[in-house]
Amino acid sequence: MSVLVDHFDVFASGFWLTFQLCLLSAVGALILGTLGAVMRISPVPPLRWVGTAYVTVFRNCPLTIVFFFAAFGLPSLGSNADFLKIPGLSSIFSRLGIDLPYFRFAIIALSVYTGAFVCEAIRSGINAVSPGQAEAARAIGLTFTQNLRFVVLPQAWKAAIVPLGSVIIAMIKNSALAGFFGLVGDLSNGAQNLTSALGEPIIPVFIGVSIGFLIMTVPLGLLLDRIERRRAVAR
Amino acid sequence: MRITRMVAVAAVAALSLGIAACGGDDGGDSGDTGSGSKSFEAGSTMEKLNKAQKITIGTKFDQPGFGLKGLDGKPAGFDVEIGKLIADELGIADDKITWVETPSAVREEKIEKAEVDLVVATYTINDKRKERIDFAGPYYEAGQNILVKADDTSITGPDSFKAGDKKVCSVQGSTPATNIEKYLANKASQLVVFDVYQKCVDALTNGQVNAVTTDNVILLGFIARNEGKFKLAGENFTKEPYGIGLKKGDNAFRTFVNDTLETLFKDGRWEKAWKDTAGKYVDETPTPPTINRY
Repeated sequence: MSVLVDHFDVFASGFWLTFQLCLLSAVGALILGTLGAVMRISPVPPLRWVGTAYVTVFRNCPLTIVFFFAAFGLPSLGSNADFLKIPGLSSIFSRLGIDLPYFRFAIIALSVYTGAFVCEAIRSGINAVSPGQAEAARAIGLTFTQNLRFVVLPQAWKAAIVPLGSVIIAMIKNSALAGFFGLVGDLSNGAQNLTSALGEPIIPVFIGVSIGFLIMTVPLGLLLDRIERRRAVAR
Repeated sequence: MRITRMVAVAAVAALSLGIAACGGDDGGDSGDTGSGSKSFEAGSTMEKLNKAQKITIGTKFDQPGFGLKGLDGKPAGFDVEIGKLIADELGIADDKITWVETPSAVREEKIEKAEVDLVVATYTINDKRKERIDFAGPYYEAGQNILVKADDTSITGPDSFKAGDKKVCSVQGSTPATNIEKYLANKASQLVVFDVYQKCVDALTNGQVNAVTTDNVILLGFIARNEGKFKLAGENFTKEPYGIGLKKGDNAFRTFVNDTLETLFKDGRWEKAWKDTAGKYVDETPTPPTINRY
């Protein structure tokens, strides 16, 4: 187990990078998923089709394939995902702004894939809001956007938050794939390097990696439990 | 269907012609050599192989330029040529050689179990391996090099990465990846690793990285497969001497193989084998390494 102490820096920096990746991807997935859900319930048929197509494609593709297309398909289309070099964010998340695009590709892959699940979680939340609410909102003259913003989505969020949490936890675990698609220095890539290049024993290294992931997922799970209990009281 | 068959026949014909031509050029004492024309000390491995008129040689089947098994089922490359030349010197014709695939992980084991008589398989000589088997040679000195696009003049060697603006790709957990790290100004923004080299080459083609680094022989293979697109930047910056793996303790056979290699170095057959195979993709012919008779 001495590897955990000797190479603590590898685990610490790996954890930090994986955490950044998860944070940014979660934000991306929530935005994409909400947009997708709104499209799927919108009164405009073409938008509904786009939303449905998005969910159908990305929810049913293996994540590895999505990663593969992000890391090798986007470059052959000539994109380095430079639109993610957002000025303010790049100074906090240094990997976002560098020339090597694989951190951005990983964010795209994770966001797009997880977004499909987020979309369905939110839609299930929207379905949980009784139709009477939306009808009443329409009856008092709210537009579709106002209806969503002030009546439906706030209630839908509450119903959706627990399934959303599970989706995000799954996403955190999925982020381990990023290290195999060009992201250098995250938890999984760091572990790979320790075991194969430096010849460290595999089991302690993987225990270290597991601890890294548990630090992110367990508190999130506990938080979800609390939210759920609060909601039970509120009802 | 008919077209496929015709192409296959043409390919086989062309290849056999090529092989026949090689055999003809290789030296006067090959080809129709029978067991009688060579004599070896009684009881030696050489005599045994010569009497049996067959030899089993281990090589790689997936290393372009060195040992690559093509659609015709015959391995070809520099390692294969060296194997054939040694068999020639033992008085064994090319068609009496049995080729066995020996990937990196099983080479020592195959030699220890005597499943092969010798192994010529991009086999780096090192002390750890010498504990289990013996090495003749080296017959070639490989080393880590850098692959860049053919029109790239900005990278001339590992020092080109010190400025921090050039990005390089290698394979996860490999020695070359560790070697190149000390030349990088910032690992996070300069190094990418994948599980196989093909992905690195894709990234180089698409411009995500400026270079790919690993042993020059692997890089030569990629140059071979993508003619005109890539080139090597500068000299090798590490040394990997390739030896011929033999059963431990058979010193007479090892001396024989070493002597044979020295003859091949001197009479030009080594150079010809190089130029016909891996050397097709580099301008200069390397100088033969010095045999290490330990």
